Amino acid sequence: MTRATLQALLSHWWRNPMQLFTLLAGLALATALWSGVQAVNAEARASYDAAAATLGEGQYDRLVQRDGQPMPQATYVALRRAGWLVSPVVQGRLDGVRLIGVDPLTAPGGIGPVSLGQDGDVGAFLTGEGQLFANAETAARLGDFDIIINPDVAPGTALTDIGVAQRLLGKADQIDSLIVLPAQPKTQVALSDVAQDLTRQPAQGGSDIGRLTDSFHLNLTAFGLLSFAVGIFIVNGAIGLAFEQRRPVIRTLRALGLPMRRLILLIGAELMIFALIAGLIGVALGYLIAALLLPDVAATLRGLYGADVSGTLQLRPVWWLSGLAIAIGGTCLAASGALCQLAKMPLLAAAQPRALAMAAGKRAKVQGVLAFLLLMSSGVLMFTADGLIGGFSLLATLLIGAALALPLILDRVLAASSKAAQSVTMQWFWADTRQQLPGLSLALTALLLAMAANVGVSTMVSSFRLTFVDFLDQRLASELYVRTEDQTQSDALIGFATGRVDAILPIQNADTDILGQPTEVFGARDHATYRDFWVFLQSTQNPWDTTFDGTTAVINEQLARRSQLTLGDAITLQGREFAVAGIYGDYGNPIGQAVISEQAFAALYPGISPENYGLRMPAEDVPAFVAALEAATGIPATQTINQSGIKSISLAIFERTFTVTTALNVLTLAVAGFAILMSLLTLATMRVPQLAPAWAMGMTRRQIGRLELLRAVLLALLTGLVALPLGLALAWALLAVVNVAAFGWELPMYLFPADYARLGLFALIAAALAALWPARRLARTPPADLLKVFSNER
Amino acid sequence: MNVKALLLLIWLPFAATAQGFAGLGTQIDGFSVPQPEPQFDFPADHGAHPDYRIEWWYLTANLTAADGTPYGLQWTLFRSALAPEEGAGWSAPQLWMGHAAVTTQDNHYVAERLARGGIGQAGVVADPFEAWIDDWVLEGDWNTLRMTASAPDFAYEMNLTAEGPLVFHGQDGYSVKSAAGQASYYYSQPFFAIEGVLQLPDGDIAVTGNAWLDREWSSQPLADNQTGWDWFSLSFDDGAKLMGFRLQQTDGNNFTSATWIAPDGSTTPYEDGALVATPLALNDDDVPVRWRVELPQKGVDVTVAAINEDAWMTTSVPYWEGPVTVSGSHGGTGYLEMTGYE
Repeated sequence: MTRATLQALLSHWWRNPMQLFTLLAGLALATALWSGVQAVNAEARASYDAAAATLGEGQYDRLVQRDGQPMPQATYVALRRAGWLVSPVVQGRLDGVRLIGVDPLTAPGGIGPVSLGQDGDVGAFLTGEGQLFANAETAARLGDFDIIINPDVAPGTALTDIGVAQRLLGKADQIDSLIVLPAQPKTQVALSDVAQDLTRQPAQGGSDIGRLTDSFHLNLTAFGLLSFAVGIFIVNGAIGLAFEQRRPVIRTLRALGLPMRRLILLIGAELMIFALIAGLIGVALGYLIAALLLPDVAATLRGLYGADVSGTLQLRPVWWLSGLAIAIGGTCLAASGALCQLAKMPLLAAAQPRALAMAAGKRAKVQGVLAFLLLMSSGVLMFTADGLIGGFSLLATLLIGAALALPLILDRVLAASSKAAQSVTMQWFWADTRQQLPGLSLALTALLLAMAANVGVSTMVSSFRLTFVDFLDQRLASELYVRTEDQTQSDALIGFATGRVDAILPIQNADTDILGQPTEVFGARDHATYRDFWVFLQSTQNPWDTTFDGTTAVINEQLARRSQLTLGDAITLQGREFAVAGIYGDYGNPIGQAVISEQAFAALYPGISPENYGLRMPAEDVPAFVAALEAATGIPATQTINQSGIKSISLAIFERTFTVTTALNVLTLAVAGFAILMSLLTLATMRVPQLAPAWAMGMTRRQIGRLELLRAVLLALLTGLVALPLGLALAWALLAVVNVAAFGWELPMYLFPADYARLGLFALIAAALAALWPARRLARTPPADLLKVFSNER
Repeated sequence: MNVKALLLLIWLPFAATAQGFAGLGTQIDGFSVPQPEPQFDFPADHGAHPDYRIEWWYLTANLTAADGTPYGLQWTLFRSALAPEEGAGWSAPQLWMGHAAVTTQDNHYVAERLARGGIGQAGVVADPFEAWIDDWVLEGDWNTLRMTASAPDFAYEMNLTAEGPLVFHGQDGYSVKSAAGQASYYYSQPFFAIEGVLQLPDGDIAVTGNAWLDREWSSQPLADNQTGWDWFSLSFDDGAKLMGFRLQQTDGNNFTSATWIAPDGSTTPYEDGALVATPLALNDDDVPVRWRVELPQKGVDVTVAAINEDAWMTTSVPYWEGPVTVSGSHGGTGYLEMTGYE
């Protein structure tokens, strides 16, 4: 019996291959989108981890020679013998690969991801010709070496023994830097007594750029979630349709005496098999998507983070397993409702062709109430949500509420249009569109979510870009930044620069505490630079005037938020009170910041003298100035930062971010378009009885086909009108709630009407393309088929 | 780079292959092998023997503070050769490992250093004698020695004065380790008086006591079926001393050896079976920290008990090493080392 039942169930697909294709393709596409985004994320994160682990980059203090040159190896041995626990590093470029030489015997534990496995030959690593560790991609770029392939080595990097690195890089008896181990012995000779030329560079914990990268990742994650939502709707739609279409089969099987339990089990098993197949196809497709996207993501993150992300993809279990889980979980979710209905269905419930529409009508009320409640709660959350969970709840209620509300909104709009219709044809058109709505609503919901995700994410990314560029202008207002090591250098710099540059802006800071928040206090010199470039989130009329007078201070957003300070509130520094005159955005900074006047700073912190200087001058004079500075004062170029270089790198990064975003946008839209195509195809056959009367009354098949096309475009347009506010609400939630919760700062939101218009156009084209084929099929329905409708009329 | 894995490969292939503790049982071609009837040449033999696979300068001391509180101290430099040759630069095959420890009744402080021999970061020079790894130093003329070690949580600086002659174990310094004939060169200076200052987290403590310096080198001192050892260096109240070890074998039997050292430094070697060492009690990690040690020929039947049961050396190659008290037929103090219990 089981076999016969299975045969009967499967024969449905045999006779309707298009429906099988819909089901599998829907599932596969949803899985692909989800797993593609996840793959990109997982790959980027894994690459960070590898980069961070290779040499614990930034985790440890380092000793380097002041002049930036390598130090003699003897200095290393002298330091070790003086009780300094330091580990030598040599690095350089070999065939375009970053070659790092370490001493495994002295390096801090866990440095580098490479472990010599059971097959490792210690002798070969430490002595002899030497071994290199690199990932497969890097290994291919290196020449004829003994390379051990290890995927955990950071991309573009090869790790080897220090002796081998010295030989390959031509740095015999030279060391580039020394890692300072965190725990140093009790007895130790002072650094200056052993190696006067060395200076200690502190570890770079939680760098600004790292924070911004986190933000970018959050964006990608949000995109992943949205595409997941789109995917679930498509899966749900595909399975719902499959059930509707098989009602007659099920009725017959039940009538023949098949127990309900076994029927449900068999259908469940059948669906799981489909989910597995579709999931596998989806994961493969996702891999393809990720492989295409990854080079751009890699480039983005390389610029943003300064660390290499591999441009090649590895099959990480994390994402292909999650992809399969999504396919199966989504199927279960979608099927559970349908199976439930099936269980409750009266034994001989007729297989009505309009079952879908009838059921939808009954559900509409419940759906409306649910949508209303969800949207209401999202409205409340907009004002109250202040944590990550609140933020994501807001996103979820918004998305689900809007998805549930869409069919009802469209229904109302169509009903109103129908009343306003002038001609009979148009009245029929509106009514017929309304009648079709339940069958199309899932596809339209998918389109809604795809468009909203598009609007939301592109608004967020573009706002991020604009803000960040402003921020760079503000923070890197000076054309050149110079770091000095001591008072002598400072004096030499000021002496040399005076008269040669437009302005010298000393930057001095002290670490303190304001209302329990760790804060850096800066002393700023009165100059137009601040007035011209600094953008405030909130400020009094002339914040800089009062600040340079010494009566007020301006603080960053982080400090304001955490200490709940607003304009006019007082902060206390060294017992002196300053009123808050302005609050500025300080993107990526983990701690508080306050700026007071140079004079006030000197009075409060007499022991601190500036070690950083911003120099204003025409941008084109910078290189010549740097060279002249080194010649005249000995301050090397390594102590200077040319601002325009930083800016152009940052901007290039954003261009890449856009490439990624655009590609993901196109993909989501394509998936939604596919959903529309499949829904229309399915409906096309069922609609012949409804079209036959229109044809019989004199409408040509061509006219009917044209109206079909128009209907799809119209529905897409209406959906787009709903998607726009939804997308903006999503963007707002991401920028103002989720970002604040995650990083402590709010990104201002900008609007990009041209982008939205282009997106709307794409959506219309997608809908039109999706409707083209079904419309053609309807237009070419043989008149005989249309006539049959009347002879078969029940 | 995973240093631990690296070290396991260098020092510790025994875990999987039961080839003896710290790789001591492995056979590597090209290295010299100890021969019977050795002729030592001092001070040259205080220095390194790079053509042998493994070698150590191993000092342990029983110390007492002014208030009578007992302390234990260890300073060890191991040499391990990847190839039987010297060399300059990073690729030289001589690797060095230093262990330092201070044991109190409640705490056990451990530090480890690793270095390569070819760059001057660690090594041993025979004349004038200096053994060093980083800032840890053991130097002097063997009549007097200066010794330092430092770690994040402890440090010490000690002066040692020899109050007796060198002592040679086994047959004039040829110490047999198994029935199959594995052996090492092994001599000691057990008569050091020691004084100095321990720097511990709670403050500095001036201490005095006696120290025992072992010198041993070989290329394969353990047989294939030997997995570790229990080593005793006991100083009795009457001035006599006893060195004894028990090598654990996979067949369940043990191989023992002992040297009786009279107060004047004259020695009596004992072959396998003369010394009997029986575990009496285990600590929480199943390491025997109380022993019955018998040497019937000398009327020795003593209980050896750890001052601090938790003297586990958390180094790349872990083992137990700590000061002990001796009671029974003889009273005294000493050091106990146990390997192969991981």
